[in-house]
Amino acid sequence: MTYKYTDYLKTEAQPYMWCPGCGDGIVVRALAEALAELQLPPHQVVIATGIGCWGKADDYFATHAFHGTHGRALAFATGIKIGNPELHVIVLMGDGDAVTIGGNHFIHSARRNIDLTAVVVNNYNYGMTGGQYSATSPLTARTTTSPRGVPEPGFDVCALAETSGANFVARTTAYHVLQIKKYIMQAIQKKGFSLVEVMSPCPTHFGRRNFAGGPLAMMKYLKERAVPKSRFDKMTDQEKIDHIATGIFVDKERPDFLKVYRELNPINQLADQGGGNK
Amino acid sequence: MRKKTIAISINEKNCKRCGYCIEFCPAKVYGAAKDGLPLVNELDKCTSCGFCELRCPDFAITLEVIASE
Amino acid sequence: MSRPKGMQLLQGNEACAWGAIDAGARFFAGYPITPSSEIAEVCARELPEYGGVYIQMEDEIASMAAIIGASLSGQKTFTATSGPGFSLMQENLGVGIYQEVPCVIVNVQRVGPSTGLATRPAQADVMQSRWGTHGDHSIIVLSPASVKEMYYLTVRAFNLAEKYRTPVILLSDEVIGHLRENIALPEPGTIEIINRKRPQGDPKKYLPYKPDEDGIPPMASYGDEYIVHASSSCHDETGCSNSKPDTNNKLLNRLRAKIYNNIEDIVQVEYFGPADADITIIAFGATSRVCKQAIVEAEKEGIKINLLRLITIWPFADEQVQKVLEKAKAVIVPEMNQGQVLGEVQRVNRTNTPVYQVSRTDGELFTTAEILAKIREVAI
Repeated sequence: MTYKYTDYLKTEAQPYMWCPGCGDGIVVRALAEALAELQLPPHQVVIATGIGCWGKADDYFATHAFHGTHGRALAFATGIKIGNPELHVIVLMGDGDAVTIGGNHFIHSARRNIDLTAVVVNNYNYGMTGGQYSATSPLTARTTTSPRGVPEPGFDVCALAETSGANFVARTTAYHVLQIKKYIMQAIQKKGFSLVEVMSPCPTHFGRRNFAGGPLAMMKYLKERAVPKSRFDKMTDQEKIDHIATGIFVDKERPDFLKVYRELNPINQLADQGGGNK
Repeated sequence: MRKKTIAISINEKNCKRCGYCIEFCPAKVYGAAKDGLPLVNELDKCTSCGFCELRCPDFAITLEVIASE
Repeated sequence: MSRPKGMQLLQGNEACAWGAIDAGARFFAGYPITPSSEIAEVCARELPEYGGVYIQMEDEIASMAAIIGASLSGQKTFTATSGPGFSLMQENLGVGIYQEVPCVIVNVQRVGPSTGLATRPAQADVMQSRWGTHGDHSIIVLSPASVKEMYYLTVRAFNLAEKYRTPVILLSDEVIGHLRENIALPEPGTIEIINRKRPQGDPKKYLPYKPDEDGIPPMASYGDEYIVHASSSCHDETGCSNSKPDTNNKLLNRLRAKIYNNIEDIVQVEYFGPADADITIIAFGATSRVCKQAIVEAEKEGIKINLLRLITIWPFADEQVQKVLEKAKAVIVPEMNQGQVLGEVQRVNRTNTPVYQVSRTDGELFTTAEILAKIREVAI
């Protein structure tokens, strides 16, 4: 059986609920294409999501799926993965879910290096609830809860993951469709905590309030301002504010949580005695 | 020069008229109808790069290369 | 290999951990908190010996989430905490209820509210165990009163969780958790173990939340060819979110019926003392031990009194309590709280039987003398 990208999706649920021009559908496509290229059987894949627009994606996949509380997707996913380590567990989170309310679970999952793939779609605000600012909204941005500008700077999501110890960290944008698929494939194949961050347009809220030029403006911004990290690093501080560093920032082989756990706690012959749920 | 027979179909029910296919097609194959629906105006220019399919957030474009000589 | 053999002096928390392991638990996710940490420590030491995993999550929110995730992947899972951690677990406990995920949550109660007194007992989380998570929901809560019950009620908690596809709370307290008593753990394979119903037939036709006749949907695991979709949003039989009218009505009614149609199976009580006594004490947990002693001493003074002990706190033993209220001339409800079971007793009091409250909230167990004093007062 050869899997096509459509085998991973609920096509009967299309058109999906996202706004015209939202990047979420683009990432769904890239993720489904990645799964197909890896030929992963759909019943070995679990899509785990949180709350928000990107969190609605669980309704759209034909694989196993989970939808939990705001910010806690990684914690649920940790249990899902340890409960059955054969599974490919892919965690879909927006910027609110991943690093605002979910910040604590994000850094601990990376530190613990649990074998999960996190796909964070960052549209710089809380879109689902009407465009309030999040922990990735840039300083002075206009949002519905910062009419005079966000008073806090936003997180560098990739830097957080890198500092916390993730094995694979990459960033791209919703414009760079081939990169999204490529990075997701690498992230899935990498053991340990892997992050792919996709900067994405929110034409209805963040885009409309911060970019002049209509619904295409935010996507154009992502296209024009994304630069490889090597170029970004040479920029001035002011230029950095107006650009997005993309590329693979971390790609290493630190052993994942379960590998270390089993080395320290080898299973002895009691393992087939009693209990369990086989 | 390689000649390809390409078929592009737009799923009007799925299409949300976001305009990305029109704006970002490298060969400028698409124009826009009054409501924003993409129209295949210059099929001859299409190189079957497939980016429109991948850029579409709503799975509304299917590009098929029917023949290639 | 350290499973206690023969008659041993075990701590309540230890016995709880062994009950879980013997019931088949192979995943524990938790955050240490007094007075429950011994449960985590035994699991950390023993679970890997049985092929299981102990993970210390970053907080109790993550712990509750992880045990749900691992259960959906097919494991029997549990966590252990006390008041402050139990409060943090409430949101995700609702996920477990709504998604019908078998798992066990042990709350070894301590004095609250807030940080309270970490090392001292209380019984003040009774109402929280019923209503701590938002929204309409039902829950099963068991109350152990001995080291033996810390073992056997833990096994029962897992069995009820699997049978009814629900989280089950073991509501213990610091006295019972830290008490040491003789117990001989049963031989492996001699206790009844219940496992969740699994789906049969064509995987393509499987609907993860379509109930059988008994109102309980067969449960597949992540990794099965039966595709599972578990959502914390209002969902229909496919598991996908559905906000159409009547969906939540139907879902909530079915979830409630799962518990309340099975009261006879779920609710357990113990009767102690002469059946013809005029005065009945209704108590649970560590307090019930003191009451038993007080009843024995009261009899020496010629006062006949008996005890209804709640082994299941929720669903409440309406029928048994009502019968007691109908028969008794007076009822005494001692609790290490400001009156929580008390309100439930009054709720089912159709006969206007006098009900007397006895409260202690300072982290000290009731003394026999205190209970006796109330008995004497009421008996006049």
